Amino acid sequence: MRFLLFIGRRIALALPTVLILSTLIFLLQRMLPGDPALALAGGEAVDARMLDEIRHKYGLDLPVYVQYGRWLAGALHGYLGVSMRNDIGVSELLAGKLGITLQLALASMAIALAIGIPLGIVAATRKGRLGDAVASGLALTGISIPHFWLGILLVLAFSVHLNWFPASGYVPFREDPVRSVMGFVLPSIVLGTGIAGVLMRHMRSAMLDALQADYVRTARAKGLSEWRVVLRHALRNALMPVVTLGAIEFGQLLAGAVLTEQVFSIPGFGKLLVDSVLNRDYQVVQGLVLVSSVMFIAASLLADVLYFVINPRLRT
Amino acid sequence: MPTIAPQLPRPAAVRRKSRPQSRPQSRLRSAGRRLLRRPSSVLAGAAILLFVLAAVLAPFLAPYDPLQSDFLMIRKAPSALHLLGTDEVGRDVLSRLIWGARASLLAGFLPVLVACAVSVPLGVACGYAGGWLDMLVMRVTDAMLAVPFLIVAIALAAFLGPDLRNSILAIGVAALPTFLRLARAAAMTIRAEDYVEAARAVGASPLRIALRHILPNMLPPLFVQASITAAAAVIAEASLSFLGLGQQPPAPSWGSTLNAAQQYMTTAPWMAIAPGAMIFVLVISLNVFGDGLRDALDTRRR
Repeated sequence: MRFLLFIGRRIALALPTVLILSTLIFLLQRMLPGDPALALAGGEAVDARMLDEIRHKYGLDLPVYVQYGRWLAGALHGYLGVSMRNDIGVSELLAGKLGITLQLALASMAIALAIGIPLGIVAATRKGRLGDAVASGLALTGISIPHFWLGILLVLAFSVHLNWFPASGYVPFREDPVRSVMGFVLPSIVLGTGIAGVLMRHMRSAMLDALQADYVRTARAKGLSEWRVVLRHALRNALMPVVTLGAIEFGQLLAGAVLTEQVFSIPGFGKLLVDSVLNRDYQVVQGLVLVSSVMFIAASLLADVLYFVINPRLRT
Repeated sequence: MPTIAPQLPRPAAVRRKSRPQSRPQSRLRSAGRRLLRRPSSVLAGAAILLFVLAAVLAPFLAPYDPLQSDFLMIRKAPSALHLLGTDEVGRDVLSRLIWGARASLLAGFLPVLVACAVSVPLGVACGYAGGWLDMLVMRVTDAMLAVPFLIVAIALAAFLGPDLRNSILAIGVAALPTFLRLARAAAMTIRAEDYVEAARAVGASPLRIALRHILPNMLPPLFVQASITAAAAVIAEASLSFLGLGQQPPAPSWGSTLNAAQQYMTTAPWMAIAPGAMIFVLVISLNVFGDGLRDALDTRRR
């Protein structure tokens, strides 16, 4: 019951956010300097009749609030307009890319967790010593390195010189599972290391807090081995903030790994965003930003739910 | 009765009482001293200073004209003549990197100034006054925070049109919600402090309280956020110009140099390695400096 109430409240709080967000995204296009119909026509000088036709076709001759109402009503039904460049519905376009982005996000998250959590534990248990310095330095590097540059360096080393992984391109899993997985290795490393840095820092500080807690002293006093104390008693509590953060980072990944997808030419959300931006395909940009931010809000909602589930203190 | 006491100038005592900003000032000063004792912070600060110097002195430091192409020297490996090699139209990579520091530093610092200039007064107004303004601004902030920083910057830069000025504006707007949150939270915390209560009791106007009591006290967290945001802004600028949405070629910027370099990765790797290393060093310096600042300002932290 308490759980349902909690979820209900969180969803109720998220709804106005989504509504305001959709308004902002809608207004962004309307606030463009110049005539949107002219932009739709390609920006070149066209005759007035053609502009009127375009205005009518896209409903631009209606008052702004009617346009907004239409757009919002459409969005609620899953209709996000039509791509100006290739005449495909924006929703269909996005649906086709979702799987790829999801695959990349999952693989990157797996790498981030596999690196970030052990490093954070090592740093906390070796606080102030060499292990801490090395782990913290790695985290700082992961946070500070520009993703696209790391991508280029990895391609240079592992594709150009060693020829272990393909430099770019995406192969559907069903076509060729091995090549598909190989193609995701480098981009997932690129994305995973950045998130690993963030996770490591939070893991370290949560672990340091946990190691000072009374129950850890009790566990040590009982004569448990240090590893058991760290992994069973401290880690379980220290993981809580990290799980929340991980879900939020995952939400960010879903919004599109713009540069990484660009470097490795992976046709996910990120590459679609860049392509639509460069093609001035504003309908797609609008729809994409809306969908990815709704997914991000859903991921932070999930983070709250997870936090509730793993933290028994909130349940009673 | 002591004879000295009545001679003590009363106004001075009152002035001392009504000047609580002497506290944060000394807090900043002692934090500065702590910062200078950390070798990593000093090193990072020195590196940032070097980048600033390189950008300012670019006309004197750069060995070649960054825009001068030389078709006899296309994609030549690093040599004594061209220390970092040449690019796809024979321009000197080192000279372009030195000039490119201007775009990166402008994009690192100006968005932070833009974000601060808007968010500090607005955040203080929200946090101090509350009410419907606070409600409205915070809901919009929440909505903006739901879109990743870089995506906001890309979308805005796309709508504003690709050039350096617009990308700086876009990054500044993208950074706005974080600063607004911070300024508001700081204003709310400080509002509850005793010395603000005292100032209000003495009859100080809200504007005076905001300027003399709240503003100086919220500087420490703002400084920390500013250095972290500057690091993110440098990466964002490089990303935007890498995507062709920032500084337009042939004007030099690290991001667009990397974009060009990607095509010649096998034959001219030096074109890709140096500009990325520049971004990396600048960003890591800003991050290390920000970490040091945070630790120096907050003595309780580990």
